Amino acid sequence: MSEDQLVRLLAATIAMGTPLVFAAFGEILAESSGVLNLGVEGMMLVGAVAAFIAVVVTGSPWLGVVAGMLGAGALAAGHALLTVTLRADQVTAGLALALFGGGLSSFLGKSYIGVPNPAPFAAISVPGLSQLPILGRSVFTQDALVYVSYVMIPLGWWWLYRTRPGLHLRACGESPGTADAMGIGVVAIRYASVIVGGMFAGLGGAYLSLAYVPAWTENLTAGLGWIALALVIFATWNPLRLVFGAYLFGSVEAMGFRAQVLGIQANTIVLRMMPYVATLTVMLLLAFWRRRLAMPSALGLPYSREQ
Amino acid sequence: MADATLAIERPAPRPRIPEWVEAILVRLAGIVAALLVCAVLLLLQGYHPLLAYADMAVGAFGSRFAIEQTLLKAIPLMLTTLGVTLTFTAGLWNIGAEGQLTIGALAAAWLALNHPSLPALVLLPGMVLLGLLGGALWALVPAVPRAYVGMNEVISTLLLNYVALLVVDYLVFGSWADPTAFNFPYSPAFSDTARLPMLFGDVHLGLVFALAATVVVAAALGHTPWGYEIRTSGASPGAARYAGMPVTRNILVAMAASGALSGLAGMAEVSGMIFRVQQGLSPGYGYSAIIIAWLAKLNPWAAVPVAILFAGLLNGGFALQTSKVPAAITYMIQAAILFLVVAGESLLARVRRARAAAAQKAALGGAR
Amino acid sequence: MADARPPALVELRGIVKVFPGALANAGIDLAIYPGEVLALLGENGAGKTTLMNILSGLYRPDEGEIRVVGERVVLRSPRDAIERGIGMVHQHFRLVERFTVAENVLLGSHTPRFRLSPGQVLEHVRALGARHEIALDPRAYVGDLSVGERQRVEILKVLYRGSRVLIFDEPTAVLAPPEVDSLFAGIRRIVGEGRAVVFISHKLDEVLRIATRIVVLRHGRVAGAMPRAEATPGKLATLMVGREIPSRPRVAAARGSLRLRVEDVAARGERGYLAVDGASLTVHSGEIVGVAGVAGNGQAELAETIAGIRAPLRGRVWLDEHDVTTRPAREIRERGLAFIPEDRHRQGLVPAFNVVENAILTCYARAPISRGGLLRRRPARTHARRLVEAFQIQASLETPVRALSGGNQQRLLVAREAAQEPKVLVALHPTAGLDVASTEAVHRILLELRARGVAVLLVSEHLDEVLALSDRVLVMYRGRIVHERPASHADVDEIGLYMTGVGEPP
Repeated sequence: MSEDQLVRLLAATIAMGTPLVFAAFGEILAESSGVLNLGVEGMMLVGAVAAFIAVVVTGSPWLGVVAGMLGAGALAAGHALLTVTLRADQVTAGLALALFGGGLSSFLGKSYIGVPNPAPFAAISVPGLSQLPILGRSVFTQDALVYVSYVMIPLGWWWLYRTRPGLHLRACGESPGTADAMGIGVVAIRYASVIVGGMFAGLGGAYLSLAYVPAWTENLTAGLGWIALALVIFATWNPLRLVFGAYLFGSVEAMGFRAQVLGIQANTIVLRMMPYVATLTVMLLLAFWRRRLAMPSALGLPYSREQ
Repeated sequence: MADATLAIERPAPRPRIPEWVEAILVRLAGIVAALLVCAVLLLLQGYHPLLAYADMAVGAFGSRFAIEQTLLKAIPLMLTTLGVTLTFTAGLWNIGAEGQLTIGALAAAWLALNHPSLPALVLLPGMVLLGLLGGALWALVPAVPRAYVGMNEVISTLLLNYVALLVVDYLVFGSWADPTAFNFPYSPAFSDTARLPMLFGDVHLGLVFALAATVVVAAALGHTPWGYEIRTSGASPGAARYAGMPVTRNILVAMAASGALSGLAGMAEVSGMIFRVQQGLSPGYGYSAIIIAWLAKLNPWAAVPVAILFAGLLNGGFALQTSKVPAAITYMIQAAILFLVVAGESLLARVRRARAAAAQKAALGGAR
Repeated sequence: MADARPPALVELRGIVKVFPGALANAGIDLAIYPGEVLALLGENGAGKTTLMNILSGLYRPDEGEIRVVGERVVLRSPRDAIERGIGMVHQHFRLVERFTVAENVLLGSHTPRFRLSPGQVLEHVRALGARHEIALDPRAYVGDLSVGERQRVEILKVLYRGSRVLIFDEPTAVLAPPEVDSLFAGIRRIVGEGRAVVFISHKLDEVLRIATRIVVLRHGRVAGAMPRAEATPGKLATLMVGREIPSRPRVAAARGSLRLRVEDVAARGERGYLAVDGASLTVHSGEIVGVAGVAGNGQAELAETIAGIRAPLRGRVWLDEHDVTTRPAREIRERGLAFIPEDRHRQGLVPAFNVVENAILTCYARAPISRGGLLRRRPARTHARRLVEAFQIQASLETPVRALSGGNQQRLLVAREAAQEPKVLVALHPTAGLDVASTEAVHRILLELRARGVAVLLVSEHLDEVLALSDRVLVMYRGRIVHERPASHADVDEIGLYMTGVGEPP
């Protein structure tokens, strides 16, 4: 493999992994507080379409990001209402959200299919760092949202594990009864985690329509939201481990698309199956190793004080 | 309950409305609310919601042709709904009916494409068998790791849907491509012997399959020891294990049976309506099935009318496309119904709890 | 009555709390003064825990008012209560097992406000422990601590928040005797600092040992109150129960043939640790063998291994001379084993099912309920009606079991297992959390089975229960049977030592 090919593969890996980083990080937030939100796929789609519409209308990619995050956050708020306040079954509610988001995004985006993105995020070279061999032209020549993800992950880890709000958030996911007895507002924290988590899923979707593709087509995410859910298990709910998982899957996808570049002779349809098959394989291995023991103890359970 | 409290028997307050009527009312309210929500979205997008809904109703039930088309679409919906009903009752979240339908269709199509000259009496039963088998095997792929190592079936069944769609692509762009179709992605058409006989109009024998399957599933769940085990596993996996029920085996059997029913739906689609393999074999029947099963409260009998209603919704959506409203509106309405009915049910549960507590308080207040 | 005292720290007036199915508090008045250990005595279900959950802000009372240092307050949440200086040491510890001691202590407090630097946090907690003479490693994970240590974490938490009223809810229920002593020493230190302790219990002897004043609750009302000096066991017992407990005449066991033999069984627990490590025992026809021990010493895992629900790592189990090791649970049941699991809500019953469907849970596969591949409704109903009538379960056949009281649920469960005509019955904590009448009913059923020649293995946390019912008493500690005595020769103090591992041979 030439240096050029390696650079392109690395750059594509990071670009492919970035939406997963955003979406899975959002889900880590929600799940750490004890709420399973299976609606990631729907939230990403709504985020993607809302962001795209906003950028077409306003011409500002950053307003697109805001619109994408708000749209997905609004859907997530619906999930929080159902699961936290009404204590509905989290799996059913999440599925409803995934399906609703899918339908809503194709409904809203119908007339935007084939419309060019007037202001996609463009790659920016980081002064100094972009002079590094190989890494400079891959890791440090990316668009602004990728740099956001670089900063977000360590910050997210620090928030969860080194601050009081993070401690309280995790307590709600481990033992809401304890958290409540300690005077922590379980309902408020769960709402906030689900909504902010949804906004990150929206950011992941927005990344696709604003930077990666950058356009809107129906069902743009093609299952990335479900892969993000699997990644959360892979990462054992830890944002730092998530990065490895996301880029691992990014590299699988990148290789699929760049097989010809790498000189691999294979059917493109088979290569497109790779991310799904890889996800399933990893899930199977994790199940063997019983990694889900790291799962937040109260994940999926509604909490009510007087029952 | 919070702690061991003074035990007082419930005075069994008679609710003014029976619970099953409440369940139906909540569902109707959910449907109405979903239509309202989507009407607002239609308005915001510049469509006239009333006209759109009227067009949908006409497209769904407005003519003999429309009713036939609706019944035709109800067939796969009924079969996949029965499939997911089985697994949901067992507490298994099989979200993979879409993929199981697809693979069932491919398995049946394999026979039809490779042995087109067999007599119908051999070919059709063979296709049914392969459809059942294909769906069952595809469902076992996630079921085996779920049963033995506890792998999360929600994500795995769902991811397999995407794989199944790619398998279709692989075949129709590859070895199954119709050589006369100028690279259009579909297989050659089935021979006449590989086509299901019609009952009336466009409605094929699959309707009989679906109704027969309804009877079988309802009987199996309600009147056999196996059905009791399945219901117990769903209601309390712990109790099932401690009662010595074969939990692992039941996971496999329930998933395989569920996949088989979806596979049969796929067979009926290719053999009764599409007559070839192409992209988009199913417009999301497997996902609608989840919603229908939920609305029907996992009752196989109730699933029949709900499936017909949803088939109408689907047809109505297609009818709308002529007036430029995106067909996606039907999926939005479906999902909004599920979302709002889940909300309504949870709200109802809350009201019931409060009502029970109030009745209790009144009864005790009198005693104090 | 309170004229000569310093002003009360906390006063409760006319507290009423109703739950679906139960009136937990029916108008309770209570005052708590600094420097006292106020014992709240009452049976399970008398309303003690509910009352204290109201005081700690977890529940809202339906009627009544709360005054803290004379000022009327509304406690909307535990945070309100904590801020008013009321802290609760819960019976079921309110701890996050996967957090460290330090993280648990910090949970919900205000200092430090935002950033938690690991070193500083550890120092905080270490200093607090030293000040109150509570020895704990702040870095240890709570999940790895013993029950006594966890209780100390709970106390540390409450002290960290500067509580002036500490509520201990059944604090000794999970402790072995020596741990109780150190707890009592801690309580005396706490009241010595001018704080007040509310000690909730249903154990007379402990209340008499630690309390300075005693309030007895019965059926959600205050049945009586007195200073320690005026209290006698007889007086308190009468107030508590409202009637004399009939003492059970002991019928000599007609011990028969060997029914159950367990040899050197080892099994892993839920989290993979070695829960049972070489346990052996025998149970004969017509005897009750009681297994005493502090919860979590492998009793449940042992019982589940016998019942075929948990796979053993080694060892053998014989049922009536048949080797049933690693046989499926259903086959073991077919061979005559009945099993009352620990958790009736999740293991013994299906709460969403009605009485009929629960009554057939362990006999649905046999005739006459299953015949010709069909599950038949009428025999199932007949069976359920027989259970309900014979065991005085107050419920209609169509009621979902979720709506029954705990006592009726447990009666249904025990009745169902007793009706299997078993050769061996394994019962895990069969009376946990029950009221007196239901406990009596369950005991009656166990003794009746024994009289009919059933071999009963009874696992219970309550030593009194084990001693009252058993013909032989075993003690389980860290996965092994460390002590065995005929009940007639059992010595409570000796058993206490074995339960804590002190009596374990080197």
